[in-house]
Amino acid sequence: MTQAATITEAQVWAWLEDVPDPEIPVISVVDLGVVRGVSVSGDQVAVTITPTYSGCPAMAVIAIDIETALARKGITDLTLKTQIAPAWTTDWLSEKGRARLEEYGIAPPQAAGGPERCPHCQSTEVEKVSQFGSTPCKAQWRCTDCLEPFDYFKCI
Amino acid sequence: MDPLFAFLLRQGDNALVLGHRTSEWCGAAPALEEDIALANTALDLIGQTQLWLGYAAEVEGAGRSANDLAFLRDVYDFRNLLMLEVPNQDFGRTLMRQFLFDAFQVPWLTALCASSDQRVAEIAAKSLKEATYHLDRSSETVIALGDGTEDSNRRMQGALDYLWPYTGEMFADDEVDRAMQAAGVAPLPSDMRERWDTSVRETMQAACLTLPEGDFAHSGGRSGVRHTEHLGHMLATMQVLQRSYPGASW
Repeated sequence: MTQAATITEAQVWAWLEDVPDPEIPVISVVDLGVVRGVSVSGDQVAVTITPTYSGCPAMAVIAIDIETALARKGITDLTLKTQIAPAWTTDWLSEKGRARLEEYGIAPPQAAGGPERCPHCQSTEVEKVSQFGSTPCKAQWRCTDCLEPFDYFKCI
Repeated sequence: MDPLFAFLLRQGDNALVLGHRTSEWCGAAPALEEDIALANTALDLIGQTQLWLGYAAEVEGAGRSANDLAFLRDVYDFRNLLMLEVPNQDFGRTLMRQFLFDAFQVPWLTALCASSDQRVAEIAAKSLKEATYHLDRSSETVIALGDGTEDSNRRMQGALDYLWPYTGEMFADDEVDRAMQAAGVAPLPSDMRERWDTSVRETMQAACLTLPEGDFAHSGGRSGVRHTEHLGHMLATMQVLQRSYPGASW
């Protein structure tokens, strides 16, 4: 590929911005904070990712999706590294990611340990249904005003 | 056996055996939310298993993988606590066991974050976040069920009485523990006793449950010399695919 010589780290980050999280497709793997580093040396690209939860099955899919997305951009020499330290934290979710989660109906994480408000009607009258939910990163809550259940992105 | 390898097997086997037991609830829990919670807890534990046994396999240096260690070892090669291999029995005993283990894991993993072995410290820091979350739920559930109906209180007391003689094994130091302490890899398990006693006492009090008085402690799981008869049955189920179709993958 002739473009290989012009690959920059910023370009790779921008491509990764378009790789959606397989479970929550409104946010990208970059918004989720699992991409921890990108380095480019000639036509060699190295991407470092970190797991959200140690057993999250989406991590394998994320790795494949990153490989596929970068291959489509002509990157054939990709090294995908996994690191577990420092451990992933929801503090790494981007502001854009948090806003998109809420638009999608998932309350973003709060340091207080519970959702700030219902993502459907914005009421603050909410209660916990279960500490766990449909993926390792979420818990189940419900709004006592509009009565709709919703997912809350666990704060860790 | 190299003490670091033995230590890592203990870490990994505890997570694996409890993770498998917990996964047995998948599709069979008393309520959908609990089914999901148990499956997620099991998933965290299996994830932690991959980290601990992955490192164990590297330290052993015999060409085995985390999967080999999980699926191709027999009962006497396992180094988990006996408490984690006994059958689930019912939801009450499952959650009581989870609590008794979580109340140990949280201070234990906290201490391991300062390990002289960087990999141990990293895996501990990752696992600690999940263990802290598990402890929140298991302590809340033990209190809710203990301080619940007459039937739930009776079952939780029965679970505590049954599991109690298995708890002492967590704190029984041996030569592997002393070698790890000398190397700065881990504190002695007995150092966790006071903190565990306090948190268990407080939780049982809030749960309207009575702490058993006996201090007899079963042992043999951490050394592998005397597992219960239950582990073999569990492994027969867990390992059947790799035993029947060696090397199968997807």
